[in-house]
Amino acid sequence: MAESAYVPGLAIRSSHSLDSPRHSAVVRITHWINTVSFVGLVVSGVAILLAHPRLYWGETGSLETPSVLDLPLPFMLGGPSGWGRYLHFLSAWVCVLTGLFYVISGLLTQHFRRSFLPAKTDLARDSISRVVLRHLRLQRPREEESLTYNVLQRLTYSLVVFVLFPLMIWTGLAMSPAIVSVFPALVTILGGQQTARTIHFFVAGSLVLFLLVHVGMVCLAGFKNRMRAMIMGHSAAGKEHL
Amino acid sequence: MSKLLSRRKLITTGLATAAGASGLAVAVRLADRYGLIPPDHGGIYGVGETLTYAAQRLLTSRHSLAREFSRSEISKIAPVNGKPPETEAYRRLLAAGFADWRLTVDGLVARPASFSLADLKRYPSRTQITHQACEEGWSFIAEWTGVPLSYVLNLAGILPQAKYVAYFSLEEGWWDSIDMADAWHPQTLLAYGMNGRELATPHGAPVRMRLPRQLGYKSVKYLSRITVTDTMKNIGSGLGSAAPDAGFSWYAGI
Repeated sequence: MAESAYVPGLAIRSSHSLDSPRHSAVVRITHWINTVSFVGLVVSGVAILLAHPRLYWGETGSLETPSVLDLPLPFMLGGPSGWGRYLHFLSAWVCVLTGLFYVISGLLTQHFRRSFLPAKTDLARDSISRVVLRHLRLQRPREEESLTYNVLQRLTYSLVVFVLFPLMIWTGLAMSPAIVSVFPALVTILGGQQTARTIHFFVAGSLVLFLLVHVGMVCLAGFKNRMRAMIMGHSAAGKEHL
Repeated sequence: MSKLLSRRKLITTGLATAAGASGLAVAVRLADRYGLIPPDHGGIYGVGETLTYAAQRLLTSRHSLAREFSRSEISKIAPVNGKPPETEAYRRLLAAGFADWRLTVDGLVARPASFSLADLKRYPSRTQITHQACEEGWSFIAEWTGVPLSYVLNLAGILPQAKYVAYFSLEEGWWDSIDMADAWHPQTLLAYGMNGRELATPHGAPVRMRLPRQLGYKSVKYLSRITVTDTMKNIGSGLGSAAPDAGFSWYAGI
């Protein structure tokens, strides 16, 4: 017994089963760094947009050509788009580097396979509609449910990590004349630089919508415990539902 | 047990920090040697600027060409920002058809020179149909004709220590600069023609820079002077162009 206490693997394994961590250190750290960089990206993105809050389709677009969307925002010239772009690129580097670390680590540790990939049975229509109904009734999850992602969470997080963020990076790069001088397909596949800008805007909008729902769900599921889980790694077992 | 673990943790964390710090120092020195640090690298935003500039320089080199388009894709309307210089000097140049206009080339060159518009038009020209995007978000496609900057730089004879080419406008306080990769780039033009005609006054007559791998504001209009230099520290506020003073980044390949 005294000897086994010196076997690190055993000690760690037993601590896991006693008080299983809700989120790994990598998930927690990258989550909060990305929270900060995402806020930076949204704020600076709006600042850049305000220089010309009008969206086009195709290669070109200006005040004299038809638009696909005129946002009800003022045109603010010579101001916010300058610091906006500085902040946007700084935040983008933090977001992309952190995101890469998160994705590589998630693949290596099988985090995505375990926590993101929905079980086949959960993808059945009545199984999904049951979860959707529970969300619509704003029911709090039961204790054992909160230890793993439900099928809606799995699908949504997969969409955010593997579709929406890559699309943001792609359409962002497609707006760079220097980058597309090396990889012209980045922009020609999309159909033009202005199309890339417009898609960038709409995908950003979807990510903001995701953030709002995400925060709303955290509040609904128990703000204190969910925050504790994402900061310290453990939710207070037994105190989860008051 | 916990003591053992924490000591191990302390040592590995210490080693990792030391390795990270010295790795960063080496990276910064290497980046500086290979010209991967932009003039506006100061402050917290400078970190992002340096990463963007360095990454794009490593990726794009001197050879990647901005996309060129067909005649049918030329925009019917080419919008402009700002007005031509409202000085007496510019008005006189314009009235005389820019016969008295000169583009001076000085700095780190073997043969400082001054070129007339007729000189530039006599040299081999290049015509390209490229996309120009304003940092604000709008864009258009036009056909540009001019002499490659590299041709004029070769006439003046660039000295080996040259690192930047700065260029100044007849419009007071408007100037910018590019590194040698962009200066030698085949698509970097001293443009005097647009869409088959003389460059119109609102678009920068008689000659403007055209730099299709960067945003529109780097394509300074109403050019008057070019200076070759090994440092941007002594020009303006030392940030490489008038743009950073107005809050915009020096490198605009985006």
